[in-house]
Amino acid sequence: MEEASGPPDEKEHLTMKTALPALVLALIAQPALAQTTPAPAPQTGEPAIDVTDDSDWQNQTIAIPAFATNADVPTQTSAGSTAALGFSLATVITADLKNNGLFKPTGPAALPRPPLGQVQAPDYPGWTARSTDMLIQGYVRAEAGGQVTVGCYLYDVALGQQLAKAGWTLAPSEWRRAAHKCADLVYSRLSGENPFFDSKIAYIAETGPKNRRLKRLAIMDSDGANHVYLTTGQATALTPRYSPDYKAILYLSYFNGQPRIYIFDLATKTQRLLLSAKNPLFAPRWSPDGKWVLYSMAQAGNTDIYKMPSAGGNPVKLTDSPGIDIGGSFSPDGSKIVFESDRSGSQQVYVMNADGSGQKRISFFGGRSATPEWSPRGDQIAFTHIAGNLRVAVMDPAGGSLRYLTDSWQDEAPTWAPNGRVIQFFRTAKTSGKTGVWQVDLTGRNERKLDTPVDGSDPAWGPLRP
Amino acid sequence: MKTNSALAIILAAGLAVSGCAKKAPKVLPPDPGAATTSTDTGAGQGPVAGSQADFVAQMMGQDTVYFDTDRYNIDSADQQALAAQAGWLARYPAKRITVEGHCDERGTREYNLALGERRANAAKNYLVSLGVDAARITTVSYGKERPAALGSDEDSWAKNRRAVTVTVD
Repeated sequence: MEEASGPPDEKEHLTMKTALPALVLALIAQPALAQTTPAPAPQTGEPAIDVTDDSDWQNQTIAIPAFATNADVPTQTSAGSTAALGFSLATVITADLKNNGLFKPTGPAALPRPPLGQVQAPDYPGWTARSTDMLIQGYVRAEAGGQVTVGCYLYDVALGQQLAKAGWTLAPSEWRRAAHKCADLVYSRLSGENPFFDSKIAYIAETGPKNRRLKRLAIMDSDGANHVYLTTGQATALTPRYSPDYKAILYLSYFNGQPRIYIFDLATKTQRLLLSAKNPLFAPRWSPDGKWVLYSMAQAGNTDIYKMPSAGGNPVKLTDSPGIDIGGSFSPDGSKIVFESDRSGSQQVYVMNADGSGQKRISFFGGRSATPEWSPRGDQIAFTHIAGNLRVAVMDPAGGSLRYLTDSWQDEAPTWAPNGRVIQFFRTAKTSGKTGVWQVDLTGRNERKLDTPVDGSDPAWGPLRP
Repeated sequence: MKTNSALAIILAAGLAVSGCAKKAPKVLPPDPGAATTSTDTGAGQGPVAGSQADFVAQMMGQDTVYFDTDRYNIDSADQQALAAQAGWLARYPAKRITVEGHCDERGTREYNLALGERRANAAKNYLVSLGVDAARITTVSYGKERPAALGSDEDSWAKNRRAVTVTVD
C-alpha cells in the first residue's frame, strides 16, 4: 500500500473540482446506481493506533460508511478497484478523525454501504436509528486517464442537513490525499479549527544498537503512510525541517567528519551543503516564508545563531553570547525568533526580534527549557522541559501558562501540526535507547505512537500541502 | 627542548590546580578497544610505536577525560590525562589528533551537539596550553549520539560525558 517511488512532489497532479454539484448530478443521472456490493475486506491498515484516552468528552458520533461508486472497476491506486478504494478512503478518514478528542468515528467495517443514490440523499431515519450525530458519505469514480475522482459530503443527521461538500480529482498514487482532505473538511467544519491532515512529516528513521545507531532521513504522510527513506544512513542524519513549499528538506549530517547542514532537493533527490564553513554547523530552520534559514555555528566551543538567505548570500550573526545559543523558531509572522541559550548557566528559552535585537529570557520554571517551537497560530510555544525527566510542554510567548502535555522518561523536540492544535515529538526508552515518534493534542489527553516501519526521532511537521 | 618546556608546564599545572571534586569514574578500566590492537603481533611485541594502538596502550585510559553534568571545565584528573597525552604527542611530533566530544543521553539532541563541541574544545585548549600545536588538533562533537556506556544510570552517564582523543596518521 505504500508508494516506494520518488517523492510525491515530483508527480503531483492534484486539481480541485469546485463544480461538484454538476458532477454528482451527472453520476446520479446514470441509471445503474444501485451499487450494493458488500464491503470488501479492508486493505489499508490504520497507521496510528494506541489510544491512551477515550474519555466521554469525545461525544460527537460520526459514521463513515464506505464510499459508493458508479461502477466497480479496477484503478491504478494501491487500494484496488473503485469499490475497494471507497472502503479504504472511509477507513483512512476514520483513522484521521480518531484520537483528536473531538469525535467518536465509526468506520466502514461496522456500517452498511450506502448505494450511490444515497450519497446526496442520505437515509436520515436509518442513521438516526444508529444514533449517529454526523454522517460522512462519498463516492469514487475512475477517470479515463487513470485518475480518480472522489466526492466527500458531511451531513448533520439530527438536522437532516448537508453541512459541507468537496471533491477532488487526483493521480492514483495520491488517493490518500482525498481521504485526508475529506477529513480536513469535516474536522474544520465541526471544530472551527484549521485543517491539518493533508500534510507530511520529515523525521529520522533509526535502527541498530544504542552505541551504533543508523540514522536516516525519511518522510511520511501525517498519518505515517507513504513512508520513504531519503538517505542510506552511511552518514548520520539529524534534525530535519521541511521547507514551507515542501520542495526541500534542511537537515544535519556529518561531512568530512564534521556536522554540516544540507539542503535535500525532493524533486531531483540531490543535496548540497547550505554553506561551506570549516566550523561545525547545527540546528537548521526555515523562516515561515522560506526566504531565510537559521543555523547555529560553533567557534572554539562557543555556539551562536545566524541567519542567511535560503538562496545563498551573506550570513548575519544574531546572537553573541559566550554561551551556547542554538536552535530557533520564527513566530508565524516572521518578526520574532524563539531560541535556547545557556548564557544564564543552564538551557533556557529566549525571544528576540528577527534581526537579533531585544533578546529576552522567557522561561523561569526551574530546571532547563529547550527546543522551543513557535505554534503556527502564534499563541503558544512548545518546548522540552528538563527536570530529571524530559517532558513536552507549552507556554505562551511571554513565558506564562506552563502546561505539560506528556509525562514520560524522555520526550523531546516537539513539532506543531499546521493548525497548531496537535504536536508530535519523540520518546526515548530508558536503557534500550529505542526511539519512537509520538503525537499528542493540546489537552495532553490524546497521546499515541505513530506506526513507523522502524524507530523514529526528530519529527518535523510540514505545513498544509499546497 | 620543546618537551622540557611542555613538561614544566605540565608539572606546574598539576601542582597549581586542585580541581573541583566530584568527578566521574576515578579509576577507569583500560579501554577494551586496546586489546584488539595486538592480536596479530608476535609474542612480547607491543603495538607499533607512535600508532593509535600505542597511544591507547600508553594512555591506559587517559586518552579520555570526563565531565560533570552540563559542565566542560578541565579538572585535575583531566589535567593529568591531558598532560599524559601531551607527553606522548611531544614524542611523536608528526602525529595529529582529533578530540571527540560527547554527552550523556539526558539532554536534548541539538544542545548536546553544541555541548560536545564545547567539551572537545576545552580539552583541545588545555593541550595547546601544554605546548601542543593547535594545528595538530581537530575537534568533533557527536553529542549524545555515540554513548560508550549503554545503561540509563548515573554510572553510565558519567562515562559518556567525555572527550576522547584519537590519533590521526
